[in-house]
Amino acid sequence: MKMTHVAAAFAASLAVAAPAVAQDLHFPMLSYRTGPYAPGGIPFADGYHDYLTLLNERDGGIGGVPIRITECETAYNTERGVECYESVRGDNPLVIQPLSTGITYQLIPRVTEDHIPMLTTGYGRTSAMNGNVFHYVFNFPANYWDGASVAINYLLSQNDGSLQGKKIVLVYHNSAYGREPIRTLEILAERLGFEFLPIAVDHPGQEQGSQWLQIRRERPDYVLMWGWGVMNAVAIQEAANIRFPMENFIGIWWSGSENDVIPVGAGANGYTALTFHGIGTDYPVYQDIQQYVVDRGLAAGAGDRIGSAVYSRGVYAAMLAAEAARTAQELAGHGAITPDEMRDGMEHLNITDERLAELGLPGFSAPFQVSCANHGGPGAAMLQRWNAETQSWSLITDWINSDRELIGQLADEDSAAYAAENNIAPQCN
Amino acid sequence: MSDTVLFALEAALNGLTVGIMYSLVALGFVLIFKASGIFNFAQGVMALFAALTLVGIQTGQVPFSHLINAALGTNIHDFGFTLPAILSIPLTVGVMVLMALLIERLVLKHLVNQEPIILFMATIGLAYFLEGLGDIMWGAEVKPLDVGIPQGMSSTVDEFTYNLFGYGFYIDVLSLWALGIAAVLVTALVVFSQYTKQGRALRAVADDHQAALSVGISLRFIWVLTWSIAGIVALVAGIMWGSKSGVQFSLSLIALKALPVLILGGFTSIPGAIVGGLLIGVGEKLFDFFMQPIIGGATENWFAYMLALVFLLFRPQGLFGEKIIERV
Amino acid sequence: MLYREAGDFKTSYASDNQTFPIRGDRMAYWAVLAVAFLVVPFVLGDYWANAVVIPFLIYVIAALGLNLLIGYTGLLSLGTAAFMAVGAYATYKLTTAFPGMNIYLVFLLSGVVTAAVGVLFGLPSLKIKGFYLAVATLAAQFFLIWLFTRVEWFYNHSPTGQIAMPERSMFGITITGAAASSTAVYMTCLIFVVVMAWLARNLTRGTLGRTWMAIRDMDIAAEIIGVNPLIAKLSAFAVSSFFVGVAGALMFGVYLGAAEAGEAFSINKSFLVLFMVIIGGLGSILGSFLGAAFLVVLPVLLKLLLVDGFGWPADLARHLEVMIIGALIIVVLIAEPHGMAALWRTMKEKLRLWPFPH
Repeated sequence: MKMTHVAAAFAASLAVAAPAVAQDLHFPMLSYRTGPYAPGGIPFADGYHDYLTLLNERDGGIGGVPIRITECETAYNTERGVECYESVRGDNPLVIQPLSTGITYQLIPRVTEDHIPMLTTGYGRTSAMNGNVFHYVFNFPANYWDGASVAINYLLSQNDGSLQGKKIVLVYHNSAYGREPIRTLEILAERLGFEFLPIAVDHPGQEQGSQWLQIRRERPDYVLMWGWGVMNAVAIQEAANIRFPMENFIGIWWSGSENDVIPVGAGANGYTALTFHGIGTDYPVYQDIQQYVVDRGLAAGAGDRIGSAVYSRGVYAAMLAAEAARTAQELAGHGAITPDEMRDGMEHLNITDERLAELGLPGFSAPFQVSCANHGGPGAAMLQRWNAETQSWSLITDWINSDRELIGQLADEDSAAYAAENNIAPQCN
Repeated sequence: MSDTVLFALEAALNGLTVGIMYSLVALGFVLIFKASGIFNFAQGVMALFAALTLVGIQTGQVPFSHLINAALGTNIHDFGFTLPAILSIPLTVGVMVLMALLIERLVLKHLVNQEPIILFMATIGLAYFLEGLGDIMWGAEVKPLDVGIPQGMSSTVDEFTYNLFGYGFYIDVLSLWALGIAAVLVTALVVFSQYTKQGRALRAVADDHQAALSVGISLRFIWVLTWSIAGIVALVAGIMWGSKSGVQFSLSLIALKALPVLILGGFTSIPGAIVGGLLIGVGEKLFDFFMQPIIGGATENWFAYMLALVFLLFRPQGLFGEKIIERV
Repeated sequence: MLYREAGDFKTSYASDNQTFPIRGDRMAYWAVLAVAFLVVPFVLGDYWANAVVIPFLIYVIAALGLNLLIGYTGLLSLGTAAFMAVGAYATYKLTTAFPGMNIYLVFLLSGVVTAAVGVLFGLPSLKIKGFYLAVATLAAQFFLIWLFTRVEWFYNHSPTGQIAMPERSMFGITITGAAASSTAVYMTCLIFVVVMAWLARNLTRGTLGRTWMAIRDMDIAAEIIGVNPLIAKLSAFAVSSFFVGVAGALMFGVYLGAAEAGEAFSINKSFLVLFMVIIGGLGSILGSFLGAAFLVVLPVLLKLLLVDGFGWPADLARHLEVMIIGALIIVVLIAEPHGMAALWRTMKEKLRLWPFPH
């Protein structure tokens, strides 16, 4: 009996090699529910899965074509990412969401070669916003450089438009991800006249004594954080320990989940983080998720993560993918679209307030329109603040725009270097 | 006093308290190495597993609920009760003792007289197994751990030093607790090994396996005993570190912070583990303090190893290790 | 009956000393090579090539390198992943600085660079031994990774800190980059594996290998009979690091295509290669192949079985997979502490006598 299963598994994997005729819309998930970052990966995967399940259950898929979801576990490991990509590649995947900056970098040349679109929401390669160079890569609605700029713009609004003479510290995960905002912040520091001090924390960030002693000595006005995994909770704990005012401590969206603040308890009250999507369960779509997914026992996870910050991000990523598929169907004029048609759909994606309201997600996203030249979306974000008593996030600002002129310029430089290295002629087709 | 001296002093003090936290992890390694010559790589995962079990028992989680739900299609998560720390800690100790028993039965018994590297590999296999088991039993989410140990800046120290130097030092209350707990733990270990029958047997085995066997000491019992004690030490380390960051996978990585402590202090010495921890703690904080402006931060991960390495070049057996005598 | 040495007469010293003294082994060896070069490239699908076979070949090189150090010289090292990172970053720097350089040459030079770094970190081995040395090599692991993250020169000042392999070709065949066919990548890895396994086998049979083994068996005794421990230990580090560096170069160049030191070459990779060496068999070339196969193929098979076969949730399957691998390591160690190569040897002994066991 065991052997038949093995044989079936082999057959299944061999079948992968042959491109099947699409009778459904295949949305593969590269998720990580295990390993050191599992606490962040689980809610995202649940949200992504649940939203797509909802579309299947409520609407019968997208444009009448059912959705097929496959999940592949990467454990946030690049080699497993390759394995996962290879296992879905021949199976007509409409959009790859690798959920890891490392895997994104690896897949950029591959998806371009294989003509499969890739979407990285709030992570990945920032300069991929330049669609002239990165034809198959999309990173709307916001990237890390936007995040840095939005945080500074928020601080500007808090200080009557001037940060002259202020001191801002960046606590960052000592990896490619954590170093992303440094250049943007350095330029902004020069322009706006604030003092900028980056402080690195090495992986995994279980022990941050020196860093926070240094922050205590430096007495900065604000602390920004690009953290990940256990580093977030420890940093917030240490900040609470040195009695740093939590309102002046701002994390990027990956440092803004319940997992990061709950272990700290009451000390985390007032901690602020960026978000590029709405939060909480006060959206009509959550009733539908409850009715069509959870109550029917189809929820991907235990169901206790619904409405958490990272779950919302999963829902958001799924919504963008589904909307792009719908756009692609309209453009192509038929339901069973190919990855190439999906790419066109993503490039013509238009998220409007009306459409969001129709979807049951009013105000969940900043309205934006993707174009060939701009694969990066609006670059806007909001700020959310943690209330330790009610154990919930609440929004404290409306959408704040980033300095897209500066970021566009930086992205152009970086993508030009990439284009030169890889002999890509920048063009819009 | 000038600011630099004050700041350096503060960094050094914090280094001492962090060093104690490292020593707590290192102690578990030393105990097992001393009694059985096994370099137990699974010590970090044992700390994680112990902390997970503690939280699981405290919050009344159903073990393996995810597996059960997936296999049977049920939807169960917890028993619906919570236990106070005073009850759940002894229960967790029970689980760790049971684990020691099983490890001896299923693994060590079959590997008697193997080379050290084979035993080392077996403990890495064990580490993998426990890692998967912990996740399957209790789930992979972050879990807050609270057994009532306070944390945050100690106001007493702050005020005292402010009055003294005009600059208030920062010391985490949690690490002061760690200091106290480590002292109690080491005293208990010393009393146990000096004044009880089992303790003396333990020392006899550590001294000479064959001689101990020949006077009728059960080696297998001693192994279960040491692994149980190491499990309890792992639980203490897990509680201290878990209180700080919540219980999650990364907790197992603290083992990597304990290894340089071990080589500095010597694999076989309990005082070595304590002194080594303190040295590493102070060393890395001071190094970061002075070198941060020059080479940038995040040096903790490798500095401890470099310090230990340089130290080893002059004293290959560590600070308190037994002198290595080689014969042809 | 089929597999025996009777009737296989040796007429010269050279033929008596060959790697495969038994005709059956020789034939099997050539048959495997023929299949690997002439059959596999034409039947291998993209999924199996990229998910299993190519990583397997690359890990074989790394395991061979580590086996030379641990299995033949008795020096325990936990810094393998860092040395792979050295190979990877050397490849990146060399190929971006000299775009016209032959890519095979780049891989080999990366190995040479790694060898130099390896010698540097091998210096403490002259003084310290055993687990103390193992922990000391962790210093290399953490320091090198920190350096590659910290110093922007290593990743050409890119704002992201990631290194990405540009497209390179040889004789008009694309070898690196996404456009490379899996056949080209497979053949590249295979050529390197065959050449390096041949090299490893012959090194260990020669003078150098014998001095290594003398050091492993008892270094003081070896010193007394005239083995220079300085040369023996450092040469072991150099050769081992060369192998590991080439493996890292291939891993980055042809397999991953993009990498970041802290993620792709973390300490877990050091342990993985160590597992391969020990499970496969210390001091055995064949063992390195078996160990790498075991630890690369097994997770994929388990995944196919549990997720695609049984339809279990991916995360549950992954947790079980970790448990099963851990348990299997223990089981293999209990059954045969000298690794799978020793199991194979026992099997061959039995086969020689078959069907008459006495």
